Amino acid sequence: MSKTLYDKLWDAHAVIQRNDGTHLLYIDRHLIHEVTSPQAFEGLKLANRKPWRISANIATPDHNVPTTNREDGLDGISDEVAKLQVTTLDDNCKEHGITQFDILDKRQGIVHVVGPEQGVTLPGMTIVCGDSHTSTHGALATLAMGIGTSEVEHVLATQCLVASKLKNMKVSIDGELSKGVSPKDVTLAVIEKIGTAGGTGYAIEYCGEVIRNMSIEGRMTVCNMAIEAGARAGLVAFDKKTLEYVQNRPYSPKGNDLQLAIAQWHELMSDEDAIFEETIHIDGSSLKPKVSWGTSPEMVIDIDGTIPEASSESLSHALKYMNLKPGMKPSDIKLDQIFIGSCTNSRIEDLRIAAQVVKGKKVSDRIKRAIVVPGSGLVSAAAVEEGLDQVFVEAGFEWRAPGCSMCLAMNPDQLGEGEHCASTSNRNFEGRQGYGGRTHLVSPATAAAAAISGNFVDVRELVE
Amino acid sequence: MKNNYNFHIGRITPLSRDNVDTDQIIPKQFLKSIKKSGFGPNLFDAWRYEDEGYPGQDVSERSINKDFILNQEKFLGADVLLSKDNFGCGSSREHAVWSLMDYGFKVVIAQSFADIFYNNCFKNGLLPIQLSKEIITKLFDIAEQKKEIEIDLLNQVIVCEGNELCRFEIDPFRKECILEGLDEIGLSLKFSEDIKNFEIKRSLDAPWVFNERNEG
Ligand code: SF4
Repeated sequence: MSKTLYDKLWDAHAVIQRNDGTHLLYIDRHLIHEVTSPQAFEGLKLANRKPWRISANIATPDHNVPTTNREDGLDGISDEVAKLQVTTLDDNCKEHGITQFDILDKRQGIVHVVGPEQGVTLPGMTIVCGDSHTSTHGALATLAMGIGTSEVEHVLATQCLVASKLKNMKVSIDGELSKGVSPKDVTLAVIEKIGTAGGTGYAIEYCGEVIRNMSIEGRMTVCNMAIEAGARAGLVAFDKKTLEYVQNRPYSPKGNDLQLAIAQWHELMSDEDAIFEETIHIDGSSLKPKVSWGTSPEMVIDIDGTIPEASSESLSHALKYMNLKPGMKPSDIKLDQIFIGSCTNSRIEDLRIAAQVVKGKKVSDRIKRAIVVPGSGLVSAAAVEEGLDQVFVEAGFEWRAPGCSMCLAMNPDQLGEGEHCASTSNRNFEGRQGYGGRTHLVSPATAAAAAISGNFVDVRELVE
Repeated sequence: MKNNYNFHIGRITPLSRDNVDTDQIIPKQFLKSIKKSGFGPNLFDAWRYEDEGYPGQDVSERSINKDFILNQEKFLGADVLLSKDNFGCGSSREHAVWSLMDYGFKVVIAQSFADIFYNNCFKNGLLPIQLSKEIITKLFDIAEQKKEIEIDLLNQVIVCEGNELCRFEIDPFRKECILEGLDEIGLSLKFSEDIKNFEIKRSLDAPWVFNERNEG
């Protein structure tokens, strides 16, 4: 019987089906960070249980770490509560012998940037993490899902997840993207089209010409926000680009293992006649840069679009929170801060694109603060090597140490009340980037252009 | 913290919003805790209070947003939360469920739920019930009238003033988890042999999955 990519990954990991219909799904890798794991380790201890397979686990602190004074390590965390969470991760990893890239390790970073970068994430695997944006890793033809803390404990103890099979959705993006239109715009366009609950209960496989032509990093941006469309998993089929990306990384197979792996990885695509319960088509050629105006990632308009009427309670609430009026254009929004970072857009390619836009220019006086937060220590090092940090600093950006930073503002990087931010992150929820803060989700190119102009502009006009 | 029950009688707190996200349910500054309890006072913190909250604060000193539903006298003690579409979307933080429970909610009814949140509910014994738009609309009326509803998990029906309002769907295993408070890890570990056998097979098929860091 023909299968989708998701079906294949599922079948290769289903241990058993239980009487109630659920499956135990074997988990190849488990990524751990400081926020969703302490209660899971505590639970293990209380029940007198041990992790099933230590080597399956890789940890790094990312949500709480400060992005300044990083050389001070733990002492650089001024918030005692946050520090306790980070040291709790240190203690738990030490106790169980779990590999951790700790706060001072040059490989530390956002868990979803670190996994692929290290080759911890590989095609054909199942990967979970106590973080919803685990969907990112699906870009490497990996079944990757976010889980809650109870499930973290369950995976630690059993190396399995109790799971029911998801339905299959195909999102096909055809045509060719215009210059200045990027993977972030593509993923926002999908959410705009199907809504934040459109993918609930599904695994989304992204395909079509646009995805095939997209870099692996771009595919990660797209899969990252599958969760914002409600889907627990996003997927892209294996191809030559995937292979190029995953080879020669610290954890990736070498020699005979690699040959064996490649033979299997070539199967990681949906069969031609595989059945998807839902299929969505998007014409990539017609896509424009996108800006989110509201407090849900589906509240998105084109850069030259207008903010909609308050036709529902949710919309009017969002308009009020964002202090915007129907009929306004993105260019009418007064911006205060710029954030380039997060697991959506903090990889080297993102930084290159943003640097290209700001090179030789200055951040507008109207912008109070513009920061760049690389996704990992290695991304940061690569950027420094290329001189990108200098490009940003000379333009007036602050160059920071890696972490989640203002994506969720658990560390000191936050928006002030009422401030608007052009952000390359993935959630524009109320207060997400700071109490009373107002987030506009955009691509790195659009964020960079907004920093220079002081308001949103159509980046297509800049790159031509 | 665990609710085990088969029957619940309570009044409804109506939260008339779509897409209530986990950042709203429990804002990020409270996620720094390494415990599962103590989140109740900060449930819906940004909507509930006039100022920005921080962990460890005495909330009784803070000025409250009187318009917010949790602060309205008529809904005090109404421990069934009612909302609309896509409740619990956003992050995987189980803190969202812990805070709803810590506050005292026993049941959450919505038109739809985000997947991870829905799962997290069962792991802790918070009962999520998904109902059609028509019934949800009726329940909003019932909430306003401060009527009690009876949620009969065993028979999967909701009753109001002696009349059956609706039936609801729930996966049998998850139902059992709430009824019995099952130890899910313990149950899965009964399949240890299967897991081990699977692991042996997988390590033969895909040895690199089991390799440690491999600089070779
Ligand atoms: S960067 Fe943002 S979305 Fe990504 S893991 Fe960190 S907090 Fe979550």
